[in-house]
Amino acid sequence: MKKNITSFIVGLIFALGLGISGMTQPLKVMGFLDITGAFDPSLLFVMIGAIAFHFVSYRLIRKKNKSPLLQKEWMVPTNKKITPALIIGSFIFGIGWALGGFCPGPALTGLASFEIRPAVFVLSMIGGMLLFNSTKRFH
Amino acid sequence: MKMDWILALAGGMIIGLSVSIMLLFNGRVTGISGIVNGLLSPKKDDSTWRITFVLGLFSGGLLLRIIRPQAFNFALTTPLWTTVAAGLLVGVGTIMGSGCTSGHGVCGISRLSPRSIIATITFIFAGIISVYLFRKFGVI
Repeated sequence: MKKNITSFIVGLIFALGLGISGMTQPLKVMGFLDITGAFDPSLLFVMIGAIAFHFVSYRLIRKKNKSPLLQKEWMVPTNKKITPALIIGSFIFGIGWALGGFCPGPALTGLASFEIRPAVFVLSMIGGMLLFNSTKRFH
Repeated sequence: MKMDWILALAGGMIIGLSVSIMLLFNGRVTGISGIVNGLLSPKKDDSTWRITFVLGLFSGGLLLRIIRPQAFNFALTTPLWTTVAAGLLVGVGTIMGSGCTSGHGVCGISRLSPRSIIATITFIFAGIISVYLFRKFGVI
């Protein structure tokens, strides 16, 4: 139960961070990627802010706690293998990110606007995930 | 313009705070594509926290409508099919590549995970090339 409340609060704070930083606006995302045109460096500052904070907090949290407060063990990925799927998948993600100006978090947050773009994006994204999951079953 | 940068930095730090709360309490990485994908092939006792997380994002969105309505500026002039195609590509790509901007870009880079560093460089690089080509050919 407590874990569900935590993840609700995390989602809420995350969404506020996205909205304040400007990342819920597709044109700002496209502007960041448009280095030969009307370059908008906002996203770089978002990443610097988030990574600077979590770079420190990650180490503090892992150092001061043997385990998470509501969970027996850490569930942080430990895989170090660079695979073709990692690179090809990330490349495909990058194309879609540029085309729509949305990544998953801002699109889900944007559903609260009840406007058509984020809704269409989220439905298509879920479609893409289901599509990929279904091809994996044949391997 | 300068105000934009300060807000971007502050918003980024708020995102850093939120993923830190997830780590401290639930011991997890806040990877949004992974959280959503876990709902599509649910495992026992592993769905509720994912649903409440998405509800949290949505509630944060509702709050933003009050405190920062300009956050939802979708003044896109691109045809709607581009958003459909974008969603499909992001859905396939994030699951194949095991993460998106949050899981790789924020959580993974903060841990100095080699996979996440490579993934983030790749999707930013792909994004830059794509915006250039899409603009050149009048798609966006």
